[in-house]
Amino acid sequence: MQPANLLLLTLALAIVAYWLGYARSRSLAMPLGGIRHLKSLPFYYGARAALWSGIPALLVLGLWAAFQGKVIQLIIIGGLPDNMIPATDGEASLLLSKISNVASGALPPGFVEAPIAEAAERLKALRTKSRFLMSALVVSVAVLAGFLGWLRIRPRLNARVQVESILKWVFFACAALAILTTVGIIFSVAFETIRFFGKVPFTEFFFGTHWSPQTALRADQVASQGAFGMIPLFTGTLLISAIAMIVAVPVGLLSAIYLSEYAGKKVRGVVKPLLEMLAGIPTVVYGFFAALTVAPFISDLAASIGIEASSQSALAAGAVMGIMIIPFVSSLSDDVINAVPQAMRDGSLALGATQSETMKKVIFPAALPGIMGGILLAVSRAIGETMIVVMAAGLAANLTANPLETVTTVTVQIVTLLTGDQEFDSAKTLAAFALGAMLFIATLLLNVIALKIVRKYREQYE
Amino acid sequence: MNNQRSQAEIVRQSLKSRYRKERRFRAYGVLAIAIALGALLTLFTDIIGKGYTGFLKTTITMEVQLDGEMMYLDDPTDERQIKMADFVEPLVQALIKEIPGATEDDRDQVRGLINPYASVTLRDALTANPDWLGTSRTMTFLSHTNVDVYVKHAGDDAYSIKLNDQQKAWVDELQERGVIETSFNDVFFSGGDSRDPSRAGILGAIVGSLLTMFVTLILSFPIGVAAAIYLEEFAPQNKFTDFIEVNINNLAAVPSIIFGLLGLAVFINLFGMPRSVPVVGGLVLTLMTLPTIIISSRAAIKSVPPSIREAAEGIGASKMQVVLHHVLPLAMPGMLTGSIIGMAQALGETAPLLLIGMVAFIVDVPDGFLDSATVLPVQVFLWAGSPELAFIERASAAIMVLLTFLISMNALAIWMRKRLERRW
Repeated sequence: MQPANLLLLTLALAIVAYWLGYARSRSLAMPLGGIRHLKSLPFYYGARAALWSGIPALLVLGLWAAFQGKVIQLIIIGGLPDNMIPATDGEASLLLSKISNVASGALPPGFVEAPIAEAAERLKALRTKSRFLMSALVVSVAVLAGFLGWLRIRPRLNARVQVESILKWVFFACAALAILTTVGIIFSVAFETIRFFGKVPFTEFFFGTHWSPQTALRADQVASQGAFGMIPLFTGTLLISAIAMIVAVPVGLLSAIYLSEYAGKKVRGVVKPLLEMLAGIPTVVYGFFAALTVAPFISDLAASIGIEASSQSALAAGAVMGIMIIPFVSSLSDDVINAVPQAMRDGSLALGATQSETMKKVIFPAALPGIMGGILLAVSRAIGETMIVVMAAGLAANLTANPLETVTTVTVQIVTLLTGDQEFDSAKTLAAFALGAMLFIATLLLNVIALKIVRKYREQYE
Repeated sequence: MNNQRSQAEIVRQSLKSRYRKERRFRAYGVLAIAIALGALLTLFTDIIGKGYTGFLKTTITMEVQLDGEMMYLDDPTDERQIKMADFVEPLVQALIKEIPGATEDDRDQVRGLINPYASVTLRDALTANPDWLGTSRTMTFLSHTNVDVYVKHAGDDAYSIKLNDQQKAWVDELQERGVIETSFNDVFFSGGDSRDPSRAGILGAIVGSLLTMFVTLILSFPIGVAAAIYLEEFAPQNKFTDFIEVNINNLAAVPSIIFGLLGLAVFINLFGMPRSVPVVGGLVLTLMTLPTIIISSRAAIKSVPPSIREAAEGIGASKMQVVLHHVLPLAMPGMLTGSIIGMAQALGETAPLLLIGMVAFIVDVPDGFLDSATVLPVQVFLWAGSPELAFIERASAAIMVLLTFLISMNALAIWMRKRLERRW
């Protein structure tokens, strides 16, 4: 049975368990003189039976579905003749995809070596077997646990308390998923990063000024050794982010000031949602706009005044990224400016200051820490932004500060290294994870600092 | 006295420049808003201007002689014969007949006007209606992509027209006589990706997006709401709860591509799940949208006034009953609003899906959660990277479809907030 159907079946079984539990509690209560002799309402006896039946079955189903793929892969690899057992993870994944292609019928069995065709047959058999075992196990767990739960229904059993405490634990598990996600992120990048530093020295990665991750695919191939210095990527990321900030900060800040201090209710009502619309546009659309409209426009403009600009200039990507970040800066600054107490505003105006003087000399200094926090959050957004730079910035890792030249960024390299054909275990793919680790650490630091500043600032005026 | 007057004088004298500064400051604000809105306007006009032609297709309507001899076919029900038969020849002959000056010698040029796929259309039509053999039928076929580009963008320098002057003259003539027409591009909405821009469609990507969003929704909404309930209503005030909170706030700001790395390392490499399938895409997007949903759900729960809780507790409801029977229904509109916004974010997300392989060239419309698929934004990315401008036009059209989805989702959220949310 397919996992999706099995899921539906499990839910159906839980509903059956609910009705059986409900009915049993009522039939137990009737001889005693009605449901008021039950410790809880019949609903809770039913719900308890449903939880008993459903939760263990879902756990089994989830674990089985998560690990069956890996286990089957290991069995298939283990069943190959000795001379075909792959030496590296990369070869293993190639071999496995070949086997599964044969099994799915995409590749005729006559085209491949006999052991692979056999392995494909085994794969098919194993998959059927796994699916059958999973269905049998899940259904029997559901029925058995449901039956046990049903059996233990007594009038004196306080089903409500049990159901509520189970639910509470379920809620807790959902909340704890956030921690699991963070742990997952840390482990998935940390392991590969450590392996990466086993292949490429620490100092080269952090201090190298040359980035060209093309390593030889085969041992006998003549190719460059590959260089993994992240400085050009880092400066490229900073250059593009800086351009984005130059666009986003003044525009975002000034529009927030205008909207909160000058604009009438009507103007605010129209302009604010329009600004927020900028935030709702998918980044791939900005990337499209940057690559196909802004970049050619900038290079034409530069050519017309006699400067040479690359068709994938940092300026195009940065400017469009800045547009994307405007609503982010403006809504954060808006919050911060509105949090400044009205008394300070009134005091300044009463002394005869104009509105702009009040803004510049009273409110802005008071709001500055909050605004800085908002800007830091925006910076972390900019360095983690992917699609705009993938589409509009280049791949050439130039170490330059000229916004009209092509630069590349950390995110662009991660995407380039991990899409398309990849062999695991090569320094190339591992480098992507190392870059991911750097990106994660950098954005995390920025966020932590920014959130701290914003929170501290809020407390100040509360 | 004298001193005071001079101060008043100073103030009066400075007033002019202070007011000027005031006006200048206001103008800066207006300018900033104008820049932002100008950018929005430019973006939309650019995309609509580039893409509206993507919603049009160019077709050729002509009378086709289904001559068995010409096609080497005498029994359309025989599969072998169908495979061997020539379906191109009747099309070429029919078009030559439509063009006054064209002769048998021009057949290659004439053939260049017809879509390579048209013969398949003809074959399918004939296999469906075997009795058509030997008759002549008026049928409509897709034109070649080059004709499509010429018809739509004849004067545009950006597009390179790959027709020769003879062909251009023919197309002009045929257009005048109504043989070549442009009409609503239904192919774009009914097919998957293709190497031929005229036949490329977004149905595959839309279905892929729907499947992925379905997985995301059924996972992230219940989990997000449950987590929010726990954190707002049940969590004890301790270090662990604080840790969870800090984690959620930080996850909300982690770049989306990091979630792609997580998906690649955990779901694909550790669990051995297949690449480029909606289930894995949905799982990754679930982890990504959860923080957004949790944060907005918590805000919704917080906005339910304590008097409701106290009243329920006062008549003997347990804590769980208070939450599930009273707080949750009242907070639901706010939670739904937040979830719709989170889903809209997930629908537009591209980067993490690139890393888990949803970036492949997929022709078929996916028919299940474990079938290779791509999603709408990734389809835009794929077409935008194509050197052919005809694909760029499709990418813009796909963006318009994507934005329509997103804007309607956001509009729904705003409407719900206005209509359903209660103010206390």
